Amino acid sequence: MYVASTRSGKENAPVDGVRTSRVPTTVFLLGTVSLLTDISSEMVTAFMPVYVLVSLQMTYVQLGLLDGLYTGATALLRLAGGYIADRVHRHKEVAVAGYGLSAVMKLAFVPVGASALALGGVQTLDRAGKGLRTGPRDALISLVTPSKDLGTAFGVHRTMDTIGAMFGPLVTFALLSWVTYRPGPIFMISFCFAALGVIVLVFFVRQPRLERVPGKVASLRATVGLLREKRMRRTTIAAGLLGLATISDAFVFVVLQKVSGLPSTALALMPVGTALMFLLAATPMGKLADRVGRWRVFFGGHVLLLGVYLLLLGPFGGIPLAAASLALHGLFYAATDGVLMAHGATLVPAHMRAGGLSIVQTGQALARFASSVGIGLLLQNLAFGTTVLLAVGALTAALVGVYLLIRPEVSR
Amino acid sequence: MRDWLVRNRIVVGVVAMVLVVAGGVTYVVAEVGNQGKAAAEPGTASSTGVRFVDNGGGRNLVSTMDAAGNRTTGTMQCLRVYTAGGTTVCLRLTLPGAYEAAVFDSTGAQLRTVPLPGTPSRARVSASGKIVSWTVFVTGDSYLSPGGFSTRTGVLDLRSGTLTESLETFATSIDGAPDKRQNENYWGVTVATDDNTFYATLGSGDKTWLVKGDLRARTMVTVRQSAECPSLSPDQTRVAYKKRGGRLGTWQLFVLDLASGKEIELPGSDGVDDQAAWLTDSALAYAKVQQGGEPTIYESAADASGQPRVLVRGASSPSPVG
Repeated sequence: MYVASTRSGKENAPVDGVRTSRVPTTVFLLGTVSLLTDISSEMVTAFMPVYVLVSLQMTYVQLGLLDGLYTGATALLRLAGGYIADRVHRHKEVAVAGYGLSAVMKLAFVPVGASALALGGVQTLDRAGKGLRTGPRDALISLVTPSKDLGTAFGVHRTMDTIGAMFGPLVTFALLSWVTYRPGPIFMISFCFAALGVIVLVFFVRQPRLERVPGKVASLRATVGLLREKRMRRTTIAAGLLGLATISDAFVFVVLQKVSGLPSTALALMPVGTALMFLLAATPMGKLADRVGRWRVFFGGHVLLLGVYLLLLGPFGGIPLAAASLALHGLFYAATDGVLMAHGATLVPAHMRAGGLSIVQTGQALARFASSVGIGLLLQNLAFGTTVLLAVGALTAALVGVYLLIRPEVSR
Repeated sequence: MRDWLVRNRIVVGVVAMVLVVAGGVTYVVAEVGNQGKAAAEPGTASSTGVRFVDNGGGRNLVSTMDAAGNRTTGTMQCLRVYTAGGTTVCLRLTLPGAYEAAVFDSTGAQLRTVPLPGTPSRARVSASGKIVSWTVFVTGDSYLSPGGFSTRTGVLDLRSGTLTESLETFATSIDGAPDKRQNENYWGVTVATDDNTFYATLGSGDKTWLVKGDLRARTMVTVRQSAECPSLSPDQTRVAYKKRGGRLGTWQLFVLDLASGKEIELPGSDGVDDQAAWLTDSALAYAKVQQGGEPTIYESAADASGQPRVLVRGASSPSPVG
């Protein structure tokens, strides 16, 4: 079987080497699992506002309070999910638990009814499942893929994932418009998509066999100790720094709508623009990352984000501004989301892959959360334009810092 | 057994997928097939008859029930609806995540549509049918206050065609002092018979106020605290609103006499989250969801005499049929 050699820096062909496709079947299967799961979860996300306001006759007041809890729970479980998967050599089973938990929660929405607290609880468990599965799932992708193709493999996975995320809201819209507003059938269809994803994972995806080498145990100490390794530590810090300077999608879209002068209904279409570009570019960007270096593409992605911020200052307006900004925003995701995991996979030995990837990802996610809270506080006192200028400054500083920090050690 | 499963995992997986799809389709077909029956159930006789959104029927069709309790299902599909003075406003879904306010005259001809920046929450038409207003929840910019929410309230004057996209553009004074807050939200408008004076809710930080406004002057002043989603009585002497007073901080309906300042609590309204509609000068209607159930429209005596009674089950957004 394929043994990851992570520190040599040399290209490492799989030992069994008889692959016809550059991207292993398992990656397509995991992509299918994510596609089905994302249809399911984005169906619910799209239905929630109508469900809460119309079916439950509730206002949002109490629901927002749990946002912080979601992020915290997801972060902790991501670390736990990654560590446990390494520890028991069962990435697939831990991923099944995560996907399964989210699937089952789709059936819990209707029974809990109009209780803000219980509804928040169900949503938290739903997201907890997402936290649990992410590390093991990304580790599986990296463990079945030859290291020279990691960028492409993660690109293919993110493309399929995003296709699902785009279909979810369309399914909900079609159901509401032509079939029913009743919550029962909508949550049931969402559950069915999630259940199909779990079935694909359980029956069609195989856990890659990792040889248990004595002395290579994913202990807690060893996993945390990954941060003592220079390239791993610097990558985590760099991703965190850039995360701190990354403003949330919601803010990007709201500012873009105001600056471009488009009607406020355009707000609903903006996430579609970003997602479309993301899914079109994720695989090519992954290929590019394999060729010219993953860190370089990840770094370049954030330069594109700086381009988005500069456009938010409004050098021109209207549809051209919106189109250019959303295209850059989608390219930013294509160049950073899967590519960071592809890069991370080359830094972490195979027996600690899930835990290591979780550390990198959690650092980035917490930094982004801190940034969105910070922006929220800033906006209570500052105008949009000033806030964007501050973001431009912060991202420029982060880019310079990261360039100096990372360059000599991990240029790949 | 385990070996058999491993050898036949593809077959087992395919069978499991077929079962999930078949089970899901069966459930959905049965549920959707059933939903038509709910719409045929007769309601209860009421003071005036009501127009409402039929949630039980699953298609959210605007329906009417006459004073005797006989139901007629219409064809208009809305999330919120209100009719007065021959004018109907329907807040509805247009694209995934996009909504509009559509305004119709008494013949059913569409007068105007206005794109909405969020999910519909409240809809009102003034008694004359000339002033239309709505409130939507904007989920995209809840970053404004971490863990908070944001609303947009619009007002459309059909006489001049003037559209106020957000009440935030009006000048507000809080307790007599001009308001300079950045983060404030307005919701739940009710317009007086002069088609100029209105009441609404102002929320900022953790406080809410009942505000009284002037559409022509584009101003608002606060009247009292902690009163939300006001509704002015047809005789213009009282305002009904929801206020947090119940156990666990739930909302209850109150009626305020504007002349005397006396406030009375409507019994049995605990847990309400709606802008009440006056059916007559002595009766109010509102929608409320029972735990685990569907929204239900209740009628309540405005003088707080007696418990509310159920008008229609599986229905929301009541307005009187003139």
